[in-house]
Amino acid sequence: MSEAVLAGQPSRPRRSLDQRIMRWGLWLALAFLLAFLALPLATLLLRAFETPEGGFAGIANFRTYVTTPALLAAAWNSVWTAALTAAIVVPLAFIYAYALTRACIPAKPLFRAVMMLPLLAPSLLPALALIYLFGNQGMLRWLLMGGSIYGPSGIVAAQVFYCFPSAALILAVALSTADARLYEAAAALRATRLRIFWTVTLPGARYGLVSAFVVVFTLVVTDFGIPKVIGGQFPVLATDVYKQVVGLQDFNMGAVVGVVLLIPAVLAFLLDRWASRQRTATMSGRAVPLRPAPRAVRDRPLLAVCILVAATLVGIVGVAVWGSLIRFWPYNLTLTLENYDFTRFDTAGWDSVWLSVRMAAMAAAVGTVIVFIVAYVLDRGSQHGPLPGIGRFAAAVPLAVPGLVLGLAYVLFFNHPANPLGFLYGTLAILVLNSVVHFYTVGHLAAVTAIRQLDPEFESVGASMRVPVWVTFGRVTVPMCLPAILEIAIYLFVNTMTTVSAVIFLYGPDTKPASVAMVHMDEAGQASAAAAMGVVILGITVTAKLAQLLLGALLGRATQAWRR
Amino acid sequence: MRRLALLACALIGLAPAAEAQQRTRLTVYTALENEQLAPFKQAAEAALRDIEIAWVRDSTGIITARLIAERQNPRADIVWGLSVFSLLQMEALDMLEPYTPQGAEALRANMRSDRSPMTWTGMDAFVSAICFNTVVAQQRNLPRPTTWNDLLNPVFRGQVVMPNPNSSGTGFLTMAGWIGARGEAGAWEYMTRLHENIQVYTHSGSAPCNNAARGEYGVGISFDMRSVALRNQGAPIEIIVPTDGVGFDLEATAILRGTRNQAAARRLADFAVSRPAMELYGRYYALLALPGVEPTVRNYPADFAERLVSADFRAIATQRDRLLREWAGRFDGKSAPRN
Repeated sequence: MSEAVLAGQPSRPRRSLDQRIMRWGLWLALAFLLAFLALPLATLLLRAFETPEGGFAGIANFRTYVTTPALLAAAWNSVWTAALTAAIVVPLAFIYAYALTRACIPAKPLFRAVMMLPLLAPSLLPALALIYLFGNQGMLRWLLMGGSIYGPSGIVAAQVFYCFPSAALILAVALSTADARLYEAAAALRATRLRIFWTVTLPGARYGLVSAFVVVFTLVVTDFGIPKVIGGQFPVLATDVYKQVVGLQDFNMGAVVGVVLLIPAVLAFLLDRWASRQRTATMSGRAVPLRPAPRAVRDRPLLAVCILVAATLVGIVGVAVWGSLIRFWPYNLTLTLENYDFTRFDTAGWDSVWLSVRMAAMAAAVGTVIVFIVAYVLDRGSQHGPLPGIGRFAAAVPLAVPGLVLGLAYVLFFNHPANPLGFLYGTLAILVLNSVVHFYTVGHLAAVTAIRQLDPEFESVGASMRVPVWVTFGRVTVPMCLPAILEIAIYLFVNTMTTVSAVIFLYGPDTKPASVAMVHMDEAGQASAAAAMGVVILGITVTAKLAQLLLGALLGRATQAWRR
Repeated sequence: MRRLALLACALIGLAPAAEAQQRTRLTVYTALENEQLAPFKQAAEAALRDIEIAWVRDSTGIITARLIAERQNPRADIVWGLSVFSLLQMEALDMLEPYTPQGAEALRANMRSDRSPMTWTGMDAFVSAICFNTVVAQQRNLPRPTTWNDLLNPVFRGQVVMPNPNSSGTGFLTMAGWIGARGEAGAWEYMTRLHENIQVYTHSGSAPCNNAARGEYGVGISFDMRSVALRNQGAPIEIIVPTDGVGFDLEATAILRGTRNQAAARRLADFAVSRPAMELYGRYYALLALPGVEPTVRNYPADFAERLVSADFRAIATQRDRLLREWAGRFDGKSAPRN
């Protein structure tokens, strides 16, 4: 059909099949981002310019909001806590990722697994653990020297814990590929190690560093779970959204704050564009993968840092596990397994756990395919015209959208009587799609980072050998990026297992996820049961993570020989 | 003949299944406590054999936001167990189906809609209350408060926690009670003085009581229902209903406009105001909408009903935005944490 159309228009330059496939892929990618991200968000955010009755309000809502005294304080609080968190997390995650990828330390798979712990547990679990450790009855309260965990220090501490895996994941991907020839050349030029680090290693990881900083900053700005639970009344932008939407049911003002929160997304996008303009593929077709050689002066301190970080992460989670086994903190610390009998606390009992597993598996299966193909099409397709840029911007947006804004946006958009996709509403499918979109950006960044490390000449060679682009994609790109692809799948799986903020508006009578059940138990004062549910979720995500490591090791032998 | 017998067997075999299929499935949105869902569902399904209840339960703020967001295409058939303030908001948006359930006229006048036909009917009242941790009190020498005014005592400095009224319906209910008891000017003066003793304004309505139970602080302002589950787990917590006037909120029932199961929803609304239903509510709440039903919940003072301030829900609801804005102006701006 399109052949005929094209043939009938001789004036139009005939595109190669590859180009057309990439073009269609681009359109499909944009259609997906439009239907499941842009349109729902627009439905909600346009309310910022409406009166509660639905009339046009212009910028009146913004004016009201700006004149509300707490705004500037909340915005400033958001910015400085996020910047401080990023300033702590990114160097720490860099050292950790560097140790995993560029040093010779033992038990790397173990450290790699432990690094992910904070992501593997619902955020309520570490919040409970922090209260047990540093709360007013906390076991380590003396460490605060009279300070209180309820406030900015608690927020930053919890955010550092929570954001560490995202930063470490991005940096580990960025550092995992390096061209040994550059290092050999530098050594031959008698550059010092510091100079090599400064002129070869850091520039090679530049894109990852910028991504990690942007991701951490935006995660902190948009997360309302941590400020809500241990932030006390310390006002930040995300809790302002919560106040407007959940406290006051004022969607118009909620949308106003939602728009304000998109500013970091725009800045992040500009930063990303800047970083990508500086990019060079680190793995050209002729590259020789770097294999770190043992060197005690470097390896031992790095190992010490890794052990310290890993011990902290395990310790916090360990306290939470212990919290799930006690009867009632802090007055009855006898151990019991009763907290795991979930039917005592929630009519759905263990069913919500199995539902969550199904949901997360679907999100991982569907989401990974979408994320990776979209990233490939956006990065390797024709860069002609505004479409790829729009697509890249759209992919960066979900990170900046608080879950609760996305959840409400989905309700307003998919529940609209005129929406042809309305049949999705109330089904498990919408929970799955919502989770994929909610956690889209980090997966996308990981995919892009991995794809960018492959020289575009792979495609050129493929094209010159008349191999269709999808064959090159399937035979070269996907196998070479398999570790990143697995990483993305597990990232989607664990986040879908643990997420609350968006799905809390979307679950139906038969589709209540375990993470929501956990929040309900905590609200009902059943902290130990909530911790138990958190531990069950953690058990499942840890299992998934271990499966990934095992699979990664097996596949790595088959597909990653080029790195060695 | 044999065929007929087979057919009969088949029919008998199929009969229960057929009956099960004919049950109308009602989607019921609620903010009831988790532990109430199973008994409420059981009672309603026993009374209305052809109705099946499918709960969607969440905290008041979340469920209200969901209901309002779903307004153009409601997914809930009926709301059973949600704050009357939420229902009045929905009434103002024309989201409620007017229907006077059978026997609803017998409810207390201030615990049912004043419209005809009614838009909502009350179930029971829950009040703001003080959750008092007796162990922390002993450690820090805190006297047991019996009135709201007792909380102004400087010994409570940094020991009191209440929900932020802008985030939590419980917080607003407490504030509305103070306004009802003291008049607006008196309430602002009281809150200004109480602010000196507040450690934190939480975003969640249940957190003050839950955290007081964990000994995070001595005094949490929350509502009365919270305590039972906590005490059963061994928390040294006492629930105090202050004697100088407490604000109360109603749990109420309302049918959603546009429900596809109108008839079944009406029958559930009828059940919700019936005597057996009230006896069920009486297992958890001390003041019921139907006079003459004796609550079986324990640990409530005998003069409980007299402590409630008279409340004109509609008047408070119309003032809500202004009151909350003023509250935020007074207390939210200077909410840097105090250690």
